[in-house]
Amino acid sequence: MDLNPYFFFAFAGLAVAFALMVVLKKNPVASAFSLVMVFFCFAAIYAMMNAHLVATLQVLVYAGAIMVLFIFVIMLLAVDVESFDLGRSHRGLRVTAGVMTSTLLALFVWMFRNTSTFGKHGTHTLEQIQAVGGNTQAVSQLMFSDYILPFELTSVLLLAGIVGAVAIAKRQSARKEAK
Amino acid sequence: MSALVVEPWLVLSFAAVIFFIGLTGVLIRRNILVLLMCIELMLNAVNLTFVMFSKQLENLGGQMAVFFIMTVAAAEAAVGLGLVIALFRTLRTVDTDQIQLLKE
Repeated sequence: MDLNPYFFFAFAGLAVAFALMVVLKKNPVASAFSLVMVFFCFAAIYAMMNAHLVATLQVLVYAGAIMVLFIFVIMLLAVDVESFDLGRSHRGLRVTAGVMTSTLLALFVWMFRNTSTFGKHGTHTLEQIQAVGGNTQAVSQLMFSDYILPFELTSVLLLAGIVGAVAIAKRQSARKEAK
Repeated sequence: MSALVVEPWLVLSFAAVIFFIGLTGVLIRRNILVLLMCIELMLNAVNLTFVMFSKQLENLGGQMAVFFIMTVAAAEAAVGLGLVIALFRTLRTVDTDQIQLLKE
């Protein structure tokens, strides 16, 4: 892999640190802002891996749209501190979860270390992508040729999401007005 | 030189670390908003795995999968936060331990 190791380890370390802060910070606003930093670190790693369109979408969709939605809801609820954190979860649960996930993680890392990525290589080599006109051009051509049906179906999914979100979030006030 | 090369397994392990941090968060946190954030963390880890394999196998299908996962994540966040708002209106809490409507 032709990644710059210093930048990769810097961004990976930052992402892990901020991901831990998402989980461990008691204040959800602090968690949300840590999550924004994780998303930016991921965008940097995507850009280093020549996935420029994915890196741009990461910043626009995740760090932009989704996180604004999260922070907006946190502010909208205006929850006082005690209802946000009525106390930590049970100690036994925390220890069990930590042990279980770190065991699974060790298993995964061992498996990644001792197996090689094999499979049928595609045609999108670096030279071929350069010849088409860059990563964004190549991905876009693929999106509007081979993946046109799933791409169109995502619009249906997003429409269903919008309608569902409005219906769920508005139901209570509509019922109150009916009374 | 050879000591500091980013091998594919290192990228996959990094994605696994983020995934399991998110999974731990889902297991131990009780604030439903943080739970949704941890789900986003796990989705991001999967995205990174897709991009890694896309690069390694020289096939852009992986980056298309990332695009679709992002769409689903956006829809999931919108519906999930709508549910949180509706839940908060009913119960006045975002603590998962307080959600016991079926108990009574």
